[in-house]
Amino acid sequence: MNIKADFPTLIQEIDYGTPESKATKQVTLTVDGQSITVPEGTSIMRAAMEGGVEIPKLCATDMLDSFGSCRICLVEIEGRGGTPASCTTPVGEGMVVRTQSDRLDAIRRGVMELYVSDHPTGWHEKAGTGASEFDAVAKSVGLTENRYGTEGRNHVKEEGGVAPGHGSLAVDYIARDESNPYFTYDPAQCIVCSRCVRACEEVQGTFALTIEGRGFESRMVAGMHENFIASECVSCGACVQACPTDALREKTVLEKGMPERSAVTTCAYCGVGCSFKAEVKDDEVIRMMPYKDGKANHGHSCVKGRFAYGYATHKDRILSPMIREKISDPWREVTWEEAIAHTAKEFRRIQYQYGRTAIGGITSSRCTNEETYLVQKLVRQGFRNNNVDTCARVCHSPTGYGLGQTYGTSAGTQDFDSVEYTDVAVIIGANPASAHPVFASRLKKRLRQGAKLIVLDPRRTEMVKSAHIEADYHLPLKPGTNVAVLTALAHVIVTEGLYNEAFVRERCDWAEFQDWASFVALPENSPETVGKLSGVDPELIRGAARMYAKGGNGAIYYGLGVTEHSQGSTTVMAIANLAMATGNIGRPGVGVNPLRGQNNVQGSCDMGSFPHELPGYRHISGEAVRDIYESLWGVKLDDEPGLRIPNMLDAAVDGSFKGIYIQGEDILQSDPDTKHVAGGLAAMECVVVHDLFLNETANYAHVFLPGSTFLEKDGTFTNAERRINMVRKVIEPKARYADWEATQELARAIGLDWNYTHPSEIMDEIAKTTPSFAGVSFELLDRVGSVQWPCNEKAPLGTPIMHVDGFVRGKGKFIRTEYVATDERTGPRYPLLLTTGRILSQYNVGAQTRRTENVAWHAEDRLEIHPHDAEVRGVREGDWVRLASRSGETTLRALITDRVSPGVVYTTFHHPDTQANVITTDFSDWATNCPEYKVTAVQVAPSNGPTDWQKDYNEQARQSRRIAPLEAAE
Amino acid sequence: MTMQAASTEIASRTAAIIDEMKGLEGPLLPILHSIQDEFGYVPKDALPVIADGLNLSRAEVHGVVSFYHDFRAKPAGRHVLKLCQAEACQSMGSDAVAAKVKQLLGIDFHETTRDGSVTLEPVYCLGLCACSPSAMLDGEVIGRLDDEKIGEIVAEVRS
Repeated sequence: MNIKADFPTLIQEIDYGTPESKATKQVTLTVDGQSITVPEGTSIMRAAMEGGVEIPKLCATDMLDSFGSCRICLVEIEGRGGTPASCTTPVGEGMVVRTQSDRLDAIRRGVMELYVSDHPTGWHEKAGTGASEFDAVAKSVGLTENRYGTEGRNHVKEEGGVAPGHGSLAVDYIARDESNPYFTYDPAQCIVCSRCVRACEEVQGTFALTIEGRGFESRMVAGMHENFIASECVSCGACVQACPTDALREKTVLEKGMPERSAVTTCAYCGVGCSFKAEVKDDEVIRMMPYKDGKANHGHSCVKGRFAYGYATHKDRILSPMIREKISDPWREVTWEEAIAHTAKEFRRIQYQYGRTAIGGITSSRCTNEETYLVQKLVRQGFRNNNVDTCARVCHSPTGYGLGQTYGTSAGTQDFDSVEYTDVAVIIGANPASAHPVFASRLKKRLRQGAKLIVLDPRRTEMVKSAHIEADYHLPLKPGTNVAVLTALAHVIVTEGLYNEAFVRERCDWAEFQDWASFVALPENSPETVGKLSGVDPELIRGAARMYAKGGNGAIYYGLGVTEHSQGSTTVMAIANLAMATGNIGRPGVGVNPLRGQNNVQGSCDMGSFPHELPGYRHISGEAVRDIYESLWGVKLDDEPGLRIPNMLDAAVDGSFKGIYIQGEDILQSDPDTKHVAGGLAAMECVVVHDLFLNETANYAHVFLPGSTFLEKDGTFTNAERRINMVRKVIEPKARYADWEATQELARAIGLDWNYTHPSEIMDEIAKTTPSFAGVSFELLDRVGSVQWPCNEKAPLGTPIMHVDGFVRGKGKFIRTEYVATDERTGPRYPLLLTTGRILSQYNVGAQTRRTENVAWHAEDRLEIHPHDAEVRGVREGDWVRLASRSGETTLRALITDRVSPGVVYTTFHHPDTQANVITTDFSDWATNCPEYKVTAVQVAPSNGPTDWQKDYNEQARQSRRIAPLEAAE
Repeated sequence: MTMQAASTEIASRTAAIIDEMKGLEGPLLPILHSIQDEFGYVPKDALPVIADGLNLSRAEVHGVVSFYHDFRAKPAGRHVLKLCQAEACQSMGSDAVAAKVKQLLGIDFHETTRDGSVTLEPVYCLGLCACSPSAMLDGEVIGRLDDEKIGEIVAEVRS
């Protein structure tokens, strides 16, 4: 396939100038003699563009509300005096508009001439990128002269035709700001149109930019006239995207010039699943531009998606397959053929020697649906067992179980657009501002419009309080008490009669509801009792319950702070109960929404990655389901569930599990109790790691297969709203094979007859065998952009909102949620509770983001500790501290903050040096084995530096990453 | 000259002002005025405290403060002399008045004399056009400036 032939040009999206009007009433007007019908409330500018008439503009863009400051977009309206701005003037019935006349031309040229007089000239040759709308507008208004000179007060005067930077400084000159690693701010080129300031406010919701001063002195600045990096800026890039000049510009564009071609693809970071145009020049990605037609992000992005793709070309990437006999040997680079043949031989040997079930596989939540499907197919068809699991085990497996039990589907109920209709948002155990930033921006926008916010989190996150956002209720519960607090909310709803009886009677099982209601009404579930054990003021619990039940459309968004507990599944059920009891299910603005961590964690679960489920969440014991695959694959499937990740590791330690194929996952770093994982891996005879980098798990691997990034393959990702988005290959795989091709090679080597020539054929097989995907095909996705499953005969274009007329399982099921305290308790030796989370600029174990310029924001993991707890331990800001639990210990530096309550400490897990999972225990969710990452009893003490474990580990890692030099050819 | 306050003291006194006034409709400008009354200027260290107290960003507060020339970034001299430079006064010779004052005080607009006795500022209309050229000294308006009055003013602020 020739990529250049498939995507030969740069996609240019139309900028309508002002946002779409949602009015239903239509209005017809005439623009330049052409009749145009648009919704009421549309601006003249937008209406004209919809009719194909482009009115020149500088301060308007359709991501932002109209502003009316640049005075370029003026028009004449018959019967009205003057020349109103077309961006701020709404259409009227029968209006007759002229966008071209001698008078308009003269005014526009005059205004543009003034802009030009305060804008550096001569910079075109040096820095002009061709990305600047300013140049295009100057041309389109026919500006040919500048009678005012070019000695603007805000830039460097030209002397003898010398470009900026070489003349003398003018009075209002502000030096260029290069502090952000990804973009440059050159104030001399700023025309003070406020597009960046408004993008930061309206789209991103950070309010980091402002216009300083007034008159000729006015200039955009970040923070209080700070460098971008020191300001409140979160580097989402919305300002750069909005800037009509080269004042804010991507450094890659300045260095390498404008991209030449682009394809629409899907971000490979979090579960929001933003659509991007990957813009490429000479097989190199120049920039990622958020795609306005992307249904999850509508043209917005965060710092990771837009800028942090540099890992794809990082020098640490391994591009050649490697093998070694023992993990203490250095790696030896080999051909793909040798690596694949070696792996197949080893897996066959192990199965012959130790039994059919002695090997297994782990699918990746980072890879495409098609790749995930192939790995589980390899295990089931090729290994002839069900030993397949995925990283969702350690994050959202309780979501699958809990929502499956109560509603009948293992996924969120809404689309992201639903948040625009929400009146009360409840965030539980999630910090979308850091982990799901684009969704956070959309939620913040709704909150600024007046929606209410309730946050349940041990930590005072950015969602609790930030510019223009303040939670109405923050319930700072003690880690591990989710079930108690949620049941207490239910107690208030039931005992105060706040439930929606009509909804429950119609949609749910009434008898089960009554049983549940009598349970939650017990005095042990009252806010007063629960307040004592959770540390939450009972009045806050009561207030929050009343607000959620009676505040209009109530929507619950939750994250890993819900699932990664010994009662994770119970917590999900408690959430499901609350939504059912209050009737907050089945329409826009409500629902239960898990914020899924990884780009394709939803998809990897959908694709049958669990040891007990075939694709589409169908239990392996079902004969009819097995029949479908047995007849297609021509093998008899094992009807017993296989091993979960922790069971595989246990079996390895016991000696009955010897080989594993791990695609795109770093279990050593991301799974709990690192020492146990290391022990399990070390006991295996053939560990195959298929990844971009020599990750931590690869320290224990015998075969390394180089992976491909999302830029190097075709396929689909499924985001947290069940949306199947296209991933498109924009550059050739750097290590020869896309991941699906490598898996196919391995399958062939062990004797399977696989002949996929394109991922679309894999999707066809998925559609043929999985009812909820029956209507999905690459052809459909190419045509409509994306669909949300279920997508089949009943819903040919997918299902934005689930359970609309009734629950998928029939009647909604209320389940009692009894609070059982975790076995992990604080005591005299371990008096503090550790909980973990993420930070905006880093992603997960950091394998990608640590290999980008994002390290400018987060160079190390820090331990957040309350000033009281720090003081009694003699810990000062920035000190090294020893963090010890019953499992192990590590060291990191302290960050003293009252974001965490006394008794609670918090850290992130982005850096391998920290090894936070050395600390976490092997307690796990009772239903799904999802590890209890969010609660660990710990002690903190001042320390001098790294622990012995960290030093030993680093030495072992260094040794195991050695690659033998190639022997010289004779 | 007012001593610049220490940052912790600024934070605590600013917080007290915010507590008192945050209930007002549009509290930011009244708070800024109170802070200027309290410290004689709007200390930069006060801005993050205001941002936090009103749930605004630092950038927004800075944008407002920098828009109004009346909010100063550092303490003024013991006296503040504002000379009107608007149209009516210009037509009655305010340029010459300004030149004379600058010469006598040895400073330009927006500067403070080295002994801290007076800060000189331009102002754009005091509503005293009928008595142009006009000035304002420490809040009191003075009309029909001439050499004699200028001499008196300079003597007063220098004393």
